[in-house]
Amino acid sequence: MADQREPTVIADNAHIVYRIYGSVAPGANTPLASLKRIVTGKKSAAVREVHAVKGVSFIAYRGEAIGLIGTNGSGKSTLLRAIAGLLPVERGGGIYAAGQPSLLGVNAALMNDLSGERNVELGCLAMGMTPAQVKEQAPGIIEFSGINDRGDFSSLPMKTYSSGMSARLRFSIAAAKKHDVLLIDEALATGDAKFRKRSEQRVRDLRKEAGTVFLVSHSEQSIRDTCERSIWLESGVIRADGPTDDVLKEYETYVNK
Amino acid sequence: MAQTAVADSDTGPSLKELARSHGLTKAGRLPSLPEYTRHLWSYRHFIAAFANAKVNASLGSTKLGVVWQLLTPLINAGVYYLIFGVLINTKQDVDNFIAYLCAGVFIFGFTQSVVQAGSQSITSNIAMIRALHFPRASLPIAVSLVEVRNMIASMIVLIAIVLLTGEPITLQWLLLLPALLLQTIFNTGLALFVARLISKITDIRQLIPYILRIWMYGSAVLYPVTFFAERIHGWQLALVESNPMLIYIELVRHALMENVELATSAPLLWLQAAIWTALVGFGGYVYFWRGEKGYGRG
Repeated sequence: MADQREPTVIADNAHIVYRIYGSVAPGANTPLASLKRIVTGKKSAAVREVHAVKGVSFIAYRGEAIGLIGTNGSGKSTLLRAIAGLLPVERGGGIYAAGQPSLLGVNAALMNDLSGERNVELGCLAMGMTPAQVKEQAPGIIEFSGINDRGDFSSLPMKTYSSGMSARLRFSIAAAKKHDVLLIDEALATGDAKFRKRSEQRVRDLRKEAGTVFLVSHSEQSIRDTCERSIWLESGVIRADGPTDDVLKEYETYVNK
Repeated sequence: MAQTAVADSDTGPSLKELARSHGLTKAGRLPSLPEYTRHLWSYRHFIAAFANAKVNASLGSTKLGVVWQLLTPLINAGVYYLIFGVLINTKQDVDNFIAYLCAGVFIFGFTQSVVQAGSQSITSNIAMIRALHFPRASLPIAVSLVEVRNMIASMIVLIAIVLLTGEPITLQWLLLLPALLLQTIFNTGLALFVARLISKITDIRQLIPYILRIWMYGSAVLYPVTFFAERIHGWQLALVESNPMLIYIELVRHALMENVELATSAPLLWLQAAIWTALVGFGGYVYFWRGEKGYGRG
């Protein structure tokens, strides 16, 4: 059934482990304990491993929007970061993707001392646009973000923006480029209702431009509105993968239990 | 648990083939060095814009703005002259100690600020690294570009000082350009090196001020280079005199000033400088590239 469709992301039994530095149990970071570690050559107790994703396999196709749901700490964001190539797959087959997936998260900070305009320019160049493309697209990006709705904010430094405004600008920058694979991590949650509607429309447009969109969100409404397929991740394992309505129904009964 | 994953483990081996047949690449794959270099070159506009943005962001909140780029080296030279030229008399028999001192302070300062800023270029931009995909080497290279701008400002100050203290303009002055070019490449390699090192082992950041201070005292910045030959001999002297910063400083002094006593002959200094530049420039780049995929982690 899937053969005529073109896959854009393939996860093949992917395991992701990340390491956390500096979370030390009391007594393990005394000078004496450190000295003992250096002498015995033992690995620091300050490094703890978290096995966040345990053997996930799926195929995502061109033109799909996939919602990732699951309770807090279920490994959704970790999985997105691995798809983007920011976290390595520890073992298993690995994750394959078309082009370079772009991760769009709420903490995707640009330079706060610079004006919105300059950040647009910098962000677009960082996504690999040419200066000519940047010049052409910049007004559209600022208009889409709506930061100029209440006066000329685009020439003010980003540190003066409200958190909603800077999230909107970041989303607008990332959404300005055609991505083969766009990964959105809770980024639509911060804007106001008006912007949310606009950005959901933009996600649908991006999909039409033959890309694949992954959306992590705790808002069931925005998953329902934008994604027709959902993957439910729980403790790093896929619990369900299928049409959004079915998966959400199962998820709800699990959460309300 | 109605449906589990669409692609179950029984189709496992074919997933890899499917990925290959559709031309998908493995996430987190390290590009080859030529591939990486080409990619980096295509991001040259980003590097320039980022360097510009950094200068604007750091001077934007000051009233004098760009004037600080000229004032900072002047004040710096003034402080060192007061301490080492007036209070502690380290002049010995150098004819033009002010120019001699300033050349040392500015050239060493160039590398010093690249190391300081380079060491933070990954750690302080981690949010941007996690959000956007660009070759990470752009950041340390941009840092090096920012410092080139500051260096040009301090060279203007230096040339003014050299002229005011009575040095003639000679053809030899042209040697300043290749010397600074070599140092810039050396600095960029060093910035790449410390950027990766400190993103891996953050503890080293605590040591950087001390390493830089020791390095400065070993580079004949504040006293004549003959100071070493009078005090140490044999391998110790050879070690101090192979110090790349001492070599770059000597080259600049040699280019701008008449009658300076050099540690070794000028051609030998040039050879040593070229070797250091190639070694650190290329080595730093390769070292940084090897870690390319790990910078967003943590």
